[in-house]
Amino acid sequence: MSTKHNEPQHIGYRYDVNLVADPEKITPFLKKYIEVMGWKDLNWLEDIHMGYEEDRPAVFDRNINAWVTVPENIKLPESQQDRDMIARELLVKFQMSRRHPLVDLKKEYSKL
Amino acid sequence: MENKLSEKMRGEELVGRSQQMFFTPEEEENFLYPDSLEVDFDKTAEFDAAEMNASEINKKIRALMADGVGTITVNNPGAQHSIAAGILNRLKLNINGSLGYFGCGLIDGPVINISGRVGWSCGENMMSGVIEIAKNAGSTFGAAIRGGDLVCHGDVGGRTGICMKGGTIIVGGRTGAFTGFMMQRGRMIIMGDAGNNLGDTMYDGMLFVGGKISSLGVDATEAEMNDMDVRWLTSKLKLYNMDTSKIKNMTKIVSGKQLWNYDNLEPSEKKLVL
Repeated sequence: MSTKHNEPQHIGYRYDVNLVADPEKITPFLKKYIEVMGWKDLNWLEDIHMGYEEDRPAVFDRNINAWVTVPENIKLPESQQDRDMIARELLVKFQMSRRHPLVDLKKEYSKL
Repeated sequence: MENKLSEKMRGEELVGRSQQMFFTPEEEENFLYPDSLEVDFDKTAEFDAAEMNASEINKKIRALMADGVGTITVNNPGAQHSIAAGILNRLKLNINGSLGYFGCGLIDGPVINISGRVGWSCGENMMSGVIEIAKNAGSTFGAAIRGGDLVCHGDVGGRTGICMKGGTIIVGGRTGAFTGFMMQRGRMIIMGDAGNNLGDTMYDGMLFVGGKISSLGVDATEAEMNDMDVRWLTSKLKLYNMDTSKIKNMTKIVSGKQLWNYDNLEPSEKKLVL
């Protein structure tokens, strides 16, 4: 086996995938989202973090398998926990938007 | 009407492309997917499924949701397969009885309580929401789960959380062999004992075991518990009325990362620029 394969390699994530969310940093929007859904905590959003794409802050949208770059006009705090909450809020807003790519995909391919 | 975006998607190669989307976070205040059904948790319905087949049960659930019912109770599902699969909506669903294979798979949003047992692959490919099972579960519990909380208060079979890609699996009792096999993300809490080859070839994620571990799988290794882990474990276990006193004796298992052979191909993912 070559030396290359013996060295641990960077997976390429742009964030610590195992960083535990700080519930005290939750935003009013996310609080309302959780309430609307009938959950008691961040649920699936625990795994959402602010990463980077081409040197710009970005969040990964699993529904379209793509990085979504954060608009430049959004000012981001220094703390990763605060940034993660903004990433979660942005992702929920994007996924629930009528402009999300899945809306068009559904129109084209849905059998229902 | 011409749908330019869809045409583009059909023809393009999804390799390292950036796509400009026109979306302003400030203008969107929706909490639900477009086209999701408007349901009210205070509007309730209950039906007996003893004389119904799986398709009829699922159609009945969807018809009630279309009528705005947000809390549904299904009695006597008869351990039939694929019950409550593919619900992509907010909903409170109570199942009085047991489910067969692939119960509640592919869900995105609902909170489901099951009073009995479940068969193989309960909650497989779950995206978000909560599934809470009062008794035992079969093998491949939470296979390829991507998000949400999947909770079994009893024992579960082998290959629990196989290919897990996110979310949380909580097992109140014991779990079988190859639990966390090829796990990629997410967290799993096992209150009791774990079978052979725990976390075999796991790439990432975390396993917390309260009981005895028969053996660790390839590249699974013990790690030190930190304050954040304890805080997270405490809050999760409290949510589901489980014994938090066991946390101090739990063993944390993570990937040894010796099998990581990634190259720099990741930028080939599709990109969206807002």
